[in-house]
Amino acid sequence: MRSCRDITALVSQGLDKQLSLGERLTIGVHVMMCSRCRNFQSQTQFIRKAAHRYTEQLQNRLGKNP
Amino acid sequence: MLLNPEAKASGDQLTETLLAEHRPVLFRYALLQLRDNELADDAVQETLLAAWQSSANFEGKAGLRTWLIGILKHKIADHWRRSSREVTTTDFDQIDNDADEADEDAFFMSNGHWNGGPTTWNDPEVALKQLEFWAIYETCQNNLPPKMAKVFMLRELVGLEAEEVCRETGLSDANYWVTMHRARLRLRECLEIRWFNQPKAKKENRHA
Repeated sequence: MRSCRDITALVSQGLDKQLSLGERLTIGVHVMMCSRCRNFQSQTQFIRKAAHRYTEQLQNRLGKNP
Repeated sequence: MLLNPEAKASGDQLTETLLAEHRPVLFRYALLQLRDNELADDAVQETLLAAWQSSANFEGKAGLRTWLIGILKHKIADHWRRSSREVTTTDFDQIDNDADEADEDAFFMSNGHWNGGPTTWNDPEVALKQLEFWAIYETCQNNLPPKMAKVFMLRELVGLEAEEVCRETGLSDANYWVTMHRARLRLRECLEIRWFNQPKAKKENRHA
């Protein structure tokens, strides 16, 4: 069984490239049993969403206070 | 959007539409460096105009977007030269060697298990609507070591593909994965400490 260190590295890679079916299964099985890695998975997705919004935020803020 | 790698556009295939598709990415790139909507807009405008005028020089090898970013970098550099202002914002071209590379181990114990590790965040979506959250987010992002911040911003804020980020930064594949992973681990931890585990988050949710 792979460690949390390995699993989170895979989760992270999954945000930047297509993982193999085997890799996705490995993650899936692990996060079913491991709440921390499950949190890591959802939180990195959230961080991506926040990062995408950040430039919009910045644009609005800069627009209001020139 | 990535230019179809097969479409090795020669100059005469560069259309205004094709150029305009890259406007959002270029704008975000310029905005993060210039920190001014108007200046960023101007830089992008000049870039697209220059690209249009010199489309014969485009060889299609490195990809249209990489070429456009190359032009944009010059426009941004021109701006800094013209203005007497010091460069105080993120300079994507300034590659620093991060002193603290050995930080990943702090997140995990020697057996690979979490050392501490992610707690459950209560309703993170709500945070996106709160101005205070964005101040914290920005702090956390600025706390990343410079090289890591650069890689993270090019990927997640500007919106480049992983291989484009490697081209821009000269990182190898392996270094890219490690760097992005560390950036996410750090950001995650910072947001957890500074926002999600703060008492002001209305319903604190603890799963031990």
